[in-house]
Amino acid sequence: MLKTIIDLISLWALPVIILTILTIAVFKKIPVYEIFIEGAKDGVKVTVNILPYLVAIIVAISMLRASGAIEMMAQLLSGVLNKIHFPADILPLAFVRSLSGSAALGVFSDIVSNNDVNSYTSKLAAIMMGSSETTFYVLAVYFGAVGVKRYRYAVLTGICADLIGIIMSIVVARFFFL
Amino acid sequence: MNYIWYFLIVFSIIFGALNSTLSEVVNAILSGVQLSVKIALTLLGIMTFWLGIMKIAEKSGLVEFLSKLLRPIAKLIFPEIPSDSKIIGDVAMNFSANALGLANAATPMGIKAISGMQELNKDKESASDSMCTLLAMNTAGFQLIPATVIAILAASGCKNPTEIIVPTLIVTSTAFIGAIIIAKMFKHIFPPQISKEEKDA
Repeated sequence: MLKTIIDLISLWALPVIILTILTIAVFKKIPVYEIFIEGAKDGVKVTVNILPYLVAIIVAISMLRASGAIEMMAQLLSGVLNKIHFPADILPLAFVRSLSGSAALGVFSDIVSNNDVNSYTSKLAAIMMGSSETTFYVLAVYFGAVGVKRYRYAVLTGICADLIGIIMSIVVARFFFL
Repeated sequence: MNYIWYFLIVFSIIFGALNSTLSEVVNAILSGVQLSVKIALTLLGIMTFWLGIMKIAEKSGLVEFLSKLLRPIAKLIFPEIPSDSKIIGDVAMNFSANALGLANAATPMGIKAISGMQELNKDKESASDSMCTLLAMNTAGFQLIPATVIAILAASGCKNPTEIIVPTLIVTSTAFIGAIIIAKMFKHIFPPQISKEEKDA
């Protein structure tokens, strides 16, 4: 039942938004096609501005992931973390989820296939994955679009938000599923 | 950011050398560049489409309507933005798209919001307080239904994949509110830096 509702929302959210925007505009006698072209022209400029920022951060993160440092860190910390019901399998996800969306999805799929899908570990991984956002990518895209080079406290705030997400995932998963 | 970036690259190379993964690290430069271009290409199409749609939303007064509707809350979260500004409408649309899990639509809407903030920004090279708050909202990952995760759980034979919705919502709401509060606190600890040109003048 709930699953059907979710599928419906996932399917209809985008069409409803586009329909609403276009219909209101047509009712107000706005030349929708011309205005669309006018706005869409900015797309190229914005994306070209973003590219250098994107290359800088994605190359650095790719290098870090290729070095194997994340896995080693996960191994070193696993003993301590098992004590607070934080399975070692989850650790790479906690690191990677702020860095790369596709990598996080890969790690998450691995966890689910290596563990029982109905286990605490899988549920915790699901919550952590569902609450994640690729902080560094977001920073690069947004600041890249407007050419801001000094981020002030934006990076630190993003990392704090990630930490809250990780800690809360464990707290909530223990409460619901342990 | 200068130090973080330097650290990421230097650490990766040194660690790669010690861990005998140096060739992988070097290859990662090329694959990282290719990945960036791939993402940028996808972004180019999405950005073009949604900036077009957003222009229509703006011209029809929809963005302005949202701005007016949310003025009381917006004043609390973005005190620096004048109350008659359309930026709040863009922020609202960015937030709604994120909440619905429409990441593709959310990014261009957020870009519109941050562009508006850049016009108000005094130092164009340095992030303003409103920008940091907007980024805090976006990096917290607030989402009503984590559809992708539910789909993977369901595909792996999970008995009741939707039971993660409420826990996930609790986590993202806390992270979202927490991030905004933290941004407000950091605002006083990290005042805007004076740029070199201003110093010289």
